[in-house]
Amino acid sequence: MKITIARRITQIFFFILFMWFCIVTVWGTRWNELRGWPINWILELDPLVGLSSLLTTHTLYRGLAWGIGTLILTVVFGRFFCGWICPFGSMHQFFGYWGSRFKTFKKRVESNQYHKSQNIKYYILVVFLVMAAIPMGTSVSLATGLLDPIPFAHRAINLILISIASHLPLGISLTPRYYEGAGIIGVLFILVLFLNFWKPRFYCRYLCPAGALMAVFSRSALWRIGKSEADCSACELCENHCEGACDPFGKIRISECLLCMNCIHACNRQFMAFQRTPSAAGEITEPDVTRRGLILSGIMGVAAVPVLRVGAALGQNWNPGLIRPPGSLSEVEFLKRCLKCGQCMKICPTNIIMPGGVEGGFESLWTPILNFRIGTSGCQLNCVACGNVCPTSAIRPLKLEEKLGIGPYRERGPVRMGTAFVDTTRCLPWAMNIPCIVCQENCPVTPKAIYLKEYYSPVRDGKINIEHFQDGQLTIQGKSLKSGNYGGGDYFLAYENNYYRIISNTEKTVSLEGDGLPIFEPGSSGEIRVHLMGPVVDIEKCIGCGICEHECPVSGLRAIRVTAENETREIQHSLLLKRG
Amino acid sequence: MTYQEDEIRNMNRREFINRSIKASLTIAGLASVGYVFYRNNPPEILTAPRQNISLSDYSISKAGKKIAIARGTKRSDTLTKAIGALGGIEAYIQKDDIVLIKVNGAFATPPELGATSHPELVQTLISLCLKAGAREVRVSDNPINDPESCFRLSGLEQATRNSGGRLFLPGKSSFSPITLSNGKLIKNWPFLWTPMKNVTKLIGVAPLKDHHRSGASMTMKNWYGLLGGRRNIFHQDIHTIIEELALLIKPTFVVLDATVTMMTNGPTGGSLDDLKPTGLMIVSTDQVAADAYGAELLGKPLLPFIRNALKAGVGTADYKSLNPIMT
Repeated sequence: MKITIARRITQIFFFILFMWFCIVTVWGTRWNELRGWPINWILELDPLVGLSSLLTTHTLYRGLAWGIGTLILTVVFGRFFCGWICPFGSMHQFFGYWGSRFKTFKKRVESNQYHKSQNIKYYILVVFLVMAAIPMGTSVSLATGLLDPIPFAHRAINLILISIASHLPLGISLTPRYYEGAGIIGVLFILVLFLNFWKPRFYCRYLCPAGALMAVFSRSALWRIGKSEADCSACELCENHCEGACDPFGKIRISECLLCMNCIHACNRQFMAFQRTPSAAGEITEPDVTRRGLILSGIMGVAAVPVLRVGAALGQNWNPGLIRPPGSLSEVEFLKRCLKCGQCMKICPTNIIMPGGVEGGFESLWTPILNFRIGTSGCQLNCVACGNVCPTSAIRPLKLEEKLGIGPYRERGPVRMGTAFVDTTRCLPWAMNIPCIVCQENCPVTPKAIYLKEYYSPVRDGKINIEHFQDGQLTIQGKSLKSGNYGGGDYFLAYENNYYRIISNTEKTVSLEGDGLPIFEPGSSGEIRVHLMGPVVDIEKCIGCGICEHECPVSGLRAIRVTAENETREIQHSLLLKRG
Repeated sequence: MTYQEDEIRNMNRREFINRSIKASLTIAGLASVGYVFYRNNPPEILTAPRQNISLSDYSISKAGKKIAIARGTKRSDTLTKAIGALGGIEAYIQKDDIVLIKVNGAFATPPELGATSHPELVQTLISLCLKAGAREVRVSDNPINDPESCFRLSGLEQATRNSGGRLFLPGKSSFSPITLSNGKLIKNWPFLWTPMKNVTKLIGVAPLKDHHRSGASMTMKNWYGLLGGRRNIFHQDIHTIIEELALLIKPTFVVLDATVTMMTNGPTGGSLDDLKPTGLMIVSTDQVAADAYGAELLGKPLLPFIRNALKAGVGTADYKSLNPIMT
């Protein structure tokens, strides 16, 4: 079997595995649901994920240690991950191959020759790693996820492809999945795939910071691609399908070689080989970077975090609309870990975790933010899925007891994502004299975090003058009432400091409930009042789950809305003095 | 095999061995990084609070509980008289002491409005301490308005500079967490620590003011200015926080300036109409007694925080029992 066939089979295997992991990132225990699938495994194999989070947190968290294994194999074999494993790379390769079918041989060879700008990826890597390593008076930030290929691919598949598929009758999801602001992720995904028509593996060659990292570690690879004879007929067949644009025909650039092995079979004279000795035509192992370029990207990396945070979004100017999933670490620690991979957004059974925009500063882009209008409910009280799929523990893997604040966690209390605030200018009872309390009824906390203030409120034009009274029915003088308006049971006649429930009314009559009614004197007056229960949030109880906001019948700008005040993860956002 | 071929083969072998060594070292390095930094435990939602600081007892036990009240309108005179009545500054400040004067510099207002400690008073106190041999006299507060504006407009910056004191403005890194043992409110709370470091004596200097939330702002409420963070949540339980501050901080003595008293519109004031000339200067080693006297001047009944502090054993609200020395 040709080695390229083996490579293709491996690529297809990992691509399918990756897609499968995306598909099964669904809350449940069936074989096609989360159960025990290692859905983060390919993400963890990506060494940039492990390295950059190692720089920001000084720890290698759980599965991220797989990245060390990838790097070790890279030291031995070169960039095998790029050519054989990376599902994002395989997508690019497929599109590049597709595009190259419409090119002439000459054009193909041209598009596969090394270009100096391929060094951009190294500078991107330096900027990201410096941002992750050097705290400039503020804290460090994990920005690699923006361009890191596996988080990029996860984000695109989880949020775009799966969302599209969920609208089709494929059994992907009971209800269609929506992700606010994810359109731009889809546009970028399509853009980088289409760039392969211009240059195959465009992303891998020019942009990929993980590829750049592995290129650095491939310098002293024990086996590498090279020519066994220096002189050949210069037919350039080896560059016809060269994925890495690494110039196998001339002095091969080891750092750019993706180990696609296409050149080995392309060479008619079998001069190309994967061998222990360096290419007979010579080789270049160093990445093609300049000292000035490195210094400049270093400076950019050092300046980046303070510049990104100049708006004080992590301090006094924090955005209360930035509601993080339950168990999220404090924002500074969160931004050291979040890869923006979208695993939490995919797993969330209620579909309330969204890829963020810039509401928390530029660094909140594509990080998980809760939206209680999209989705099927608020954050489910007994669900801890998001933290338990988070590969870096930006969202802590909560136990249910910890989320609810019971058992050993009683002292600390439940994990709060924020606090619900009643907007009394929009709330039906408070502002419009209409009974409602949907929010109070749906509050899942025990005892409820929403309690009620009961009162009677005069209805519009509700003053009536009594003409006469007989058999529980009043006839009124003068004006007309709206027939049938007050019989529902919530309306009362206020008469001399007492309330009498109205059971029906016509334009001129009002019928009252009960036997022990007093004598309503002709000529005396009363007032129709509605019995209201106004919701009030108990901030000592509210956990900010957003179920109230989701259910609020004022479906535009909700009359009860959660903001991040009092969230567990930031002491500075405390609203309430904790006594004791 | 020709000589040349043999040479090339040797060269290649050396090159490969060289490369193998490099690769092995890199692999060993990677493996040890993995070994050293691997963690299975996820981080907690909140990072553990930093090491708490603890405060010394700055009071002088042999001086006992005393209060002196001096009459007059010139602060430098009344302060000197009152301290003299308590045994003189030498009874409190010794050679090589590092003294912190905790002023009330809360607002960026001129001294005439009486919302802040008066510069003349602070200047006199610094001079007295230095004359008694203090190595360093520090002045600080974490004010409500912008710190630089507060100290400049209140005249406190100038007063400190004139008399050879050292001003500490609170910055981002000036605070460390503190906990009051058995306290309800002060737990891991940021405390103005930089000016407190190595201090051996602590003097509180507060103007006598009306305060809408707590009733009065006097010597105990003055310690509020040592808190950092979002301290205004303590307004939800103002009397308890003042009590806890009084329990936490054991000053050498306190000065309550009632040369003029802000009778209304406190604690900011803003108009001379809010002020009343009362012509008194109170110096006491018992902050509860000083505040009880001040409350009387304001015409307030026993305020809850005074009652709380009394119950907690900070001092006595019956200032007369200390036989106040009137001068």
